[in-house]
Amino acid sequence: MTGEPLLEVRDLRVSFRTEDGLVQAVDGVSLSLSEGETLGIVGESGSGKSVTMMSVMRLINDPNARFEGEVLFKGHDLMTLNPEQIREVRGTGIAMIFQDPMTSLNPVHRVGKQIAEQILAHQDISKQAARARAIDLLAAVGIPQPAERVDNYPHEFSGGMRQRVMIAMAVSCNPDILIADEPTTALDVTIQAQILKLLRKLRNDFGTAVVLITHDMGVVADMADRIAVMYAGRIVEQGTRREVFYDAQHPYTWGLLGSIARLDRPKPRRLATIPGQPPSLLRLPEGCAFGDRCAHRFDLCDERPPLLARVDGNHLDACHLEPKQKKELRETTIHPELIGTAE
Amino acid sequence: MTADADGELLLRAEHVTKYFPIRSGVLLQHEVGRVHAVDDVSLDLRAGETLGLVGESGCGKSTLARCIARLYPLTGGSVVFEGQDISRLSRRKLRPVRRELQLVFQDPYASLNPRKRVGEILSDPLRIHRSGNRVQIKKRVRELLELVGLSPEHINRYPHEFSGGQRQRIGVARALALHPKLIIADEPVSALDVSIRAQVINLLDDLQDELHLTYIFIAHDLGVVRHVSDRIAVMYLGKIVEVSPAEELYQRPVHPYTEALLSAVPIPDPDLSDRRTQIVLEGDVPSPILPPSGCRFHPRCRYATKICAEQEPPLAEYGSDGHLAACHHPLNIGLPATPAAAADAPSAAAEVPAEEAPASD
Repeated sequence: MTGEPLLEVRDLRVSFRTEDGLVQAVDGVSLSLSEGETLGIVGESGSGKSVTMMSVMRLINDPNARFEGEVLFKGHDLMTLNPEQIREVRGTGIAMIFQDPMTSLNPVHRVGKQIAEQILAHQDISKQAARARAIDLLAAVGIPQPAERVDNYPHEFSGGMRQRVMIAMAVSCNPDILIADEPTTALDVTIQAQILKLLRKLRNDFGTAVVLITHDMGVVADMADRIAVMYAGRIVEQGTRREVFYDAQHPYTWGLLGSIARLDRPKPRRLATIPGQPPSLLRLPEGCAFGDRCAHRFDLCDERPPLLARVDGNHLDACHLEPKQKKELRETTIHPELIGTAE
Repeated sequence: MTADADGELLLRAEHVTKYFPIRSGVLLQHEVGRVHAVDDVSLDLRAGETLGLVGESGCGKSTLARCIARLYPLTGGSVVFEGQDISRLSRRKLRPVRRELQLVFQDPYASLNPRKRVGEILSDPLRIHRSGNRVQIKKRVRELLELVGLSPEHINRYPHEFSGGQRQRIGVARALALHPKLIIADEPVSALDVSIRAQVINLLDDLQDELHLTYIFIAHDLGVVRHVSDRIAVMYLGKIVEVSPAEELYQRPVHPYTEALLSAVPIPDPDLSDRRTQIVLEGDVPSPILPPSGCRFHPRCRYATKICAEQEPPLAEYGSDGHLAACHHPLNIGLPATPAAAADAPSAAAEVPAEEAPASD
């Protein structure tokens, strides 16, 4: 999982002009993704995780949106491409799976046609060949009787099956990167397990790099090689999944880990909570955006936003506290049993 | 079910059945089928306990809750609440029962009227039940807001001025307005973000201690259910397949469906997650219009044999503490209460090998 990054996002800023003022949805996000790697982006609603990836795909057409920064895919800046060129990248270079399989399929077209449409747009093959490829793809994503199901309409599929169709569509042109935006949030746990298993299989078979956007720490623990934690439009912590889970540096990450009711540990008497709620993106504070909810706030936190500083190697975090202080505080913040396996 | 423990019996549901008819035809409508949403479900609920109700979407957990609250008329069976059969009561006779039995809904955006101020939302139940004069009602509304951790100054605001978590607090306050005994919470935290979710769960916990409430807590998040529940009932296609004290269910699931459900939950711990072997159920939940014969889980069950397709297994008791399951091939029976594997990972779902592998990267 080393080598040149396949995708590099440099200091991406996305803001929306609204009646109430400027909404800073993404505020200086830098990310990189290597070939075959899986990056998990976690955060709560409104933290900017989806907007970041939608901007990478150039899917935001809102005239009130303003973009700054660079998105380098195989060395080309996607932000400067014209619509024709970006269409070339979508599907073959980067493909996306959305959260809600009910609304992301067109209800009036047969699923086979919807899959073939994308293949025909990118490859110079006959309609029959595209249809045959659609059947193969449906088989590959585990849909029984693909030859018959190819002529079904989306309403004839269950939620899990529709998500499989979405995945078939996304991988139809062998993309280098697959962006999955909350691919399992709308599904039951048993179906979620099926879909994650499928994603893992596709990733291993085709070596596709995956960006997995989710709010479920369990899903990233299972799937991701590296994890970026987002809060109020900024990345507050980034590292390998073992670093983020066993050596979390940012108080927000501690809070996230502490507030999950989990099955693998003894039941705590109370769940740890993060007090308050995320700040309005209209009026982000001068200093650290998490400051208001942080129990360990001190003077420096109000002055300037912390930069993503190096802890060691590639484990980055945005907190002003000294690493030694953090280690001590963390132990009092997260339930002791939650970091039991850290050492 | 043993009803002799702790609290007294508050509610007993017996053979509750709810079918939704499927009609066809324009003028001369006739019934062409039935959705077997809840099929012969019996449950006991003791005062002061929290019963968790889990299962996949479409398994009938919400329908069962709505039958218990008499929001739906029952197709069959009875619901006895505080010694009174409420399943056949008229609307008017039901009203005093409704005071004791309140609901909290899943979607805090849809369950509050956007055109009413918080004060009105909270005073409506009080006015409908003629609970005091205007001054008393106003006082009670302020009390309620404080009880759920909102400021009494919020009384004149509209729902859209609140965040999701705050709205759910308003929903809880509304349910509490008439001093109910039983609260049925239907996925009360599913729509909320993780950090806010924990706040609302802790609030419900505190309120239970303070006001001696009994909860039926419906959720699909097994972690949340374990955290709040004393007992848990697992539903599959309209049937209860397993009922057990909460910890016991996670340590020793008896029904293969429970085992698979627990195994499907992702574990937020990379090493444990890598080491466990997950049971992934194939296929989807069958249609409740024509449920499978015998045990309804048999087409997806990895232990299924011939008998499973032919005979429906009855709920039988495993262990002494009211652990019931309906299965021909029960798991984890005859094991000591704490199996050896639970020592390093107290959950059968984790399926961690007993020897502690050294953490490696």
